[in-house]
Amino acid sequence: MASEMKEPLIHITKRSFVSTTRAIVVRIVAVLIALVVSGIFAFLLIEKLSADPSRIFEFYGCFIEGVFSSSELVWTYFKDLAVLLCISLAVTPAFRMKFWNIGAEGQTLVGMLGAVSISFYLGGKLHPALLIVLMLIAAIIAGAVWAFIPAVFKAVWNTNETLFTLMMNYVATFLVNFVLLLWVPSGNALGVLDACRLPILGHQYLLIIIVAVLLTAFLCVYFKQSKQGYEISVVGESERTARYVGINVKKVVIRTMIISGILCGLTGFLIGAGLDHSITSDAIGGQGFTAIMVSWLAKFNPLFMVITAGLVIFLQTGAGQISETFDVQGAMPNIIVGIILFFIIGCEFFLNYEVHFRKSKKHAKGEAK
Amino acid sequence: MKKLLALVLIFVLMLGVTACGGKKEAESPVTDALLAAPEIVKDYDVKADFKLGVILLHDENSTYDLNFINAVMAVKKALGLSDDQVIMKRNIPESNDCYEAAKDLAVKGCKIIFADSFGHETYMLQAAKEYPDVQFCHATGTMAHTEKLANFHNAFASIYEGRYLAGVAAGMKLNEIKAAGKLKGATPLIGYVGAFTYAEVISGYTSFYLGAKSVCPDVTMKVQFTGSWYDENEEKSAAQALIAAKCDLISQHADSLGAPTACEDAGIPNVSYNGSTFEAGENTFLISSAINWAPYFNYIIKCVNTGVAIDADWTGTIATGSVVLSGLNTNVAAEGTEAAIKKAIDELKAGTLKVFDTSKDNFILKDGAKVTTYLADVDTDAAFTPDTEVVVNGFFNESSFRSAPYFDMQIDGIELVNSKF
Repeated sequence: MASEMKEPLIHITKRSFVSTTRAIVVRIVAVLIALVVSGIFAFLLIEKLSADPSRIFEFYGCFIEGVFSSSELVWTYFKDLAVLLCISLAVTPAFRMKFWNIGAEGQTLVGMLGAVSISFYLGGKLHPALLIVLMLIAAIIAGAVWAFIPAVFKAVWNTNETLFTLMMNYVATFLVNFVLLLWVPSGNALGVLDACRLPILGHQYLLIIIVAVLLTAFLCVYFKQSKQGYEISVVGESERTARYVGINVKKVVIRTMIISGILCGLTGFLIGAGLDHSITSDAIGGQGFTAIMVSWLAKFNPLFMVITAGLVIFLQTGAGQISETFDVQGAMPNIIVGIILFFIIGCEFFLNYEVHFRKSKKHAKGEAK
Repeated sequence: MKKLLALVLIFVLMLGVTACGGKKEAESPVTDALLAAPEIVKDYDVKADFKLGVILLHDENSTYDLNFINAVMAVKKALGLSDDQVIMKRNIPESNDCYEAAKDLAVKGCKIIFADSFGHETYMLQAAKEYPDVQFCHATGTMAHTEKLANFHNAFASIYEGRYLAGVAAGMKLNEIKAAGKLKGATPLIGYVGAFTYAEVISGYTSFYLGAKSVCPDVTMKVQFTGSWYDENEEKSAAQALIAAKCDLISQHADSLGAPTACEDAGIPNVSYNGSTFEAGENTFLISSAINWAPYFNYIIKCVNTGVAIDADWTGTIATGSVVLSGLNTNVAAEGTEAAIKKAIDELKAGTLKVFDTSKDNFILKDGAKVTTYLADVDTDAAFTPDTEVVVNGFFNESSFRSAPYFDMQIDGIELVNSKF
């Protein structure tokens, strides 16, 4: 009797094995619950929906409509996916060695600033092809430097990389603000720079989509086949093991962060020259942070990232469409997206752990056998 | 159970809010608007397939965007447009996203696409070139008159007239403080919190100063810039610094409630912008000027539905109902203010009063010289080259060569504490 009193109501154990069917079923159930709960919230919070509940199908339809209702929207969808995927891929090398780099936002932004600066100062003075090459180099160097600084501090003085990279984001934002006020004293937007343009391959967005595909393939090979990829995994598993087998951990940390920075810089270049042709301090729009979630949800696997990035963009686009269709202010659709992501991330818990209730203890044990 | 409790709490809160609101209205010391937004007249038929697309930088949480949303809603209601005929895209940044949003609106069949922020302009132009059959209208922009695209248009309002009128209220108040012997210094001093040192703000504070000076000849003004369009802390501390520097009255040209709050704390009268801030300063709010965009929306919708070309540059005025003044806070305003403002409104309407009247004795440069000629930077270029003679018939013709302001002279009586570019 006394021992039963001590038994907690709920107790959690880690699962050793999850069958594929179970994994799929749990995820589908999570998405279904997410849709129902978000529907309830939408019904309570969106005025036009509470007034006419039959529009609930229109509400769910927004997710489809936002992406597929015109060919331009489909292009935009794949472009947004490509941008998010590039940044997610960029943060992944560092994540795989458990270096929590949350500075992708800043690294991408300074990369963009590097590219745009070159076109601002040298645009029209150089051959366009040479200008593009210089812009790319500037972007890559800027991104790499932004990643190199926290990496060195981590490797040499063992500073906290999460706080350091986070603060570098703010430095990047204010650096862009500073430069913008230097260029446009009135404080107004910079506007499109005509020199800051990549050549268009077929469609304006095709190039960035191709780059994203190539990057995914490259990282798959890099992680699985290369010696450096293996070193990253070992450092991620255990720094001591890495040292024991003769891996120079400091070198791997710095090198891997520079790779992350270069990839962020490259993405910044693509956004600056391929999409915006200009820069603002919020040009990355939080995708540098979203990328962390995308990478994590995909368990740092580049191929899975295509799916997770695709899902996140699908939800974001749908949210924009909800705001438009139901004429609600911007924060509302983000609540819906937040609810859906909450369930999708939350279900991972039930895949990794098993929950036992006191009463059903015997039953749960029996099931486990 | 918890949910129910939460719902009940929300309900109680809402009741509380409406109850308070009702109470304030009943006892409000604020008069009816001195320049009210006119009723929207529908004297044309809107085609069934007509659609208006609106691109907004932020959403309802920004007073700037809210001003546009309110105007769209007013026009939608007055013209009886259905929900499907007005599409609003909120939180569209000044980037390629704006171009995408404009394109999407064009694909969805919008006949007019409107964008509200200065930085949207180049992306709107890009979309305008791709969709020649759709009209692209852009507020506060400067490029329509040089780009010469048949379907790209700029708009602004002669808000300097509104500021001049608000300045009259400020001057009357200063006279009252002076007569009561409560001036902080020897002569009346205005403090002005501005965003950036450039034409739109310079035009605004100069017209405000001239309005005050028209009734209070010995007034001078200090201007302090924050370097941001929206920074509550900066605006508040700038206002506090000006109050500490012996300013008797504060006005501002930035979008937060920073300056009005600082004034309420210090008990210094405040002349506001972008709509009444009476709620934030019941004992200090004097009057406010704002741009009403509804007449412009009505104008462009009428043009498209009646097959008339939209002006490349449209400047809303007092006559079009685009420049509005809030009610006057009678607890703060000096006696006779309403009459003085109404007189100035009549003179502006009749054309006998010009805000930037270079022939007047109070309109002199820092070195005491009179202005007879001035080249302003009307055509946009990277180097801000002055290109157009704007002093014609003895006054500075603001907003007549393009809708966005270009007045950027420094006149006597106004001291800039700092400058922020």
